[in-house]
Amino acid sequence: MFSYLIRRVLATIPVMAIVALFVFSLLYIAPGDPAAVIAGDQASPEDIEKIRKSLGLDRPFLLRFTEWAWSLLQGDLGTSMFTGMKVTELIGQRIEPTLSLMFVTLVFAIVIAVPAGVLAAWKVGTWIDRFIMALCVLGFSVPVFVVGYLLAYFFALERDWFPVQGYTAMKQGFWPWLENLVLPGVALGFVYIALIARITRATMLEVLSQDYIRTAKAKGMGTTGILFLHALKNASVPIVTVIGIGVALLIGGAVVTESVFAIPGLGRLTIDAIVRRDYPVIQGLVVIFSFIYVLVNLLIDLLYTLLDPRIRY
Amino acid sequence: MQSKPVAEQLPDLFAPRPIAKGFVAYCLRHPTLSFGALLLILMLVLAVFAPWLGTIDPTELAPIKRTREPSAEHWFGTDAVGRDIYSRVLYGARVSLLVGFSVAVLASLAGLIIGLLSGFLRKLDGILMRVMDGMMSIPPILLAIALMALTRASVENVIMAITLAEIPRVSRLVRGVVLSLREQPYVDAAVAAGTPTLSIIVKHILPNTLAPLTVQATYICASAMITESILSFIGAGTPPIIPSWGNIMADGRTLFQVKAYIIFFPAVFLSITVLAVNLLGDGLRDALDPRKAKLS
Repeated sequence: MFSYLIRRVLATIPVMAIVALFVFSLLYIAPGDPAAVIAGDQASPEDIEKIRKSLGLDRPFLLRFTEWAWSLLQGDLGTSMFTGMKVTELIGQRIEPTLSLMFVTLVFAIVIAVPAGVLAAWKVGTWIDRFIMALCVLGFSVPVFVVGYLLAYFFALERDWFPVQGYTAMKQGFWPWLENLVLPGVALGFVYIALIARITRATMLEVLSQDYIRTAKAKGMGTTGILFLHALKNASVPIVTVIGIGVALLIGGAVVTESVFAIPGLGRLTIDAIVRRDYPVIQGLVVIFSFIYVLVNLLIDLLYTLLDPRIRY
Repeated sequence: MQSKPVAEQLPDLFAPRPIAKGFVAYCLRHPTLSFGALLLILMLVLAVFAPWLGTIDPTELAPIKRTREPSAEHWFGTDAVGRDIYSRVLYGARVSLLVGFSVAVLASLAGLIIGLLSGFLRKLDGILMRVMDGMMSIPPILLAIALMALTRASVENVIMAITLAEIPRVSRLVRGVVLSLREQPYVDAAVAAGTPTLSIIVKHILPNTLAPLTVQATYICASAMITESILSFIGAGTPPIIPSWGNIMADGRTLFQVKAYIIFFPAVFLSITVLAVNLLGDGLRDALDPRKAKLS
């Protein structure tokens, strides 16, 4: 087990290295002249040359990449071209709202989606099942900011139940913090709920047709016990896997949700950076988000052994 | 001489039910598929015939008539600079559909090539799949954002950025199908008969990847439309001069609390279109693989 842990952790290093290499290569893959694009239309040739220098485009790729990767290893993501601040510092200032939003969404999604999926599998073929599955198709089809605006319109503008926009830091109290995150959390969670509910239903259907479920029924076990003790436990591995994969959706969606609800997090930082064409910041954000994603999936891989004792390494 | 029947003919307990043939019957058997296709065709018609559907120039400014609520003159109202939202929404359908279809086709083609290569050339497989793993670890929208930050805003660049972000998933899918097909007895038979590898790929493997790939392509189309609207919405997509659903919503963002209809109409059209494509995908999945349809 311990050696597996070490091996699994070590295995993420090449993945992260490839992420870093790929993100760095974007500067070279992108068609046209990135320096000219970043400088904007009114830039003089000198400005463009200055940006080319600061991005390191005037030096050979490998040399530049080694430099960049070396500072990345030391936790240095470069300097913002617009504010002159360290990218890591900028990210540090904005990370709390984003992590809060993602955490609240995760909790919402799991609490709603897993029981919904179990219910759909239990009542398979009935109108309850159809209704839940129809909601799932809707969840995949309605973009996150549309859900966000709908929620904001009905629950914040029409009825004064939640604040329309904004964010309150957690240290100012739990309830004010949560109050601001309910609508964004539900909006962001919509597609995620659809994803988890669908896989929960599919795996539950498979598990419910197993012999040991029939045995449990035969010996008189209650439905709740069968569904949650026997079936859900055995269906947990694929469900947890999808929860991990879906974090990519969460990250992408967070950028938009923060914009809809004016939450000053990493998404807001991304949008500001796009408007100012502040490439080092964007690059840093992509690296940070990707690393978070890789780490979440590493944790989930390690969770497998707890969920299913048959999985041994 | 005709033989006499020994016994009365047994009654037909399970009368053979003839399977109705023809286009209409097929559509009735696959309601999801036909409904999705119908909705999508409707959107296509709206997009193609936009100039003849009572629209005016979608970029024409009319500051005097700004932020008019929906009325007989302006069905969906006007935006902050007086542009007719109905016209903008109809023309916006062109961008969304173009991006969706192009990305679906390009990403499928690229994924097909990479998937086939990596399923057949074991040496290449290790490298290709590690690269795909790395790319898959970058959330697709962020990858597209990063690319868009480095290129000039244009519809072509949006298509390219989203395609690049979608390729790893398709490649994985095709590779998985290829690896399982390679183990099939008929492939062994073909190898034993001395069929050259290339014609095994073309004649035996390729046709079998098409069904799952088509289904995957529709899902890619749906997600590409959503990504395009998100990119445009946050200002990293289609240039603001071109009316696209994301752009219209971005324009309405600041006015949302007072003029919610600006965002409402493009949002509804976008959702319906993506829904149509998703239904088409679900329908295709069930129609192409009836065994799985019963399970899911």
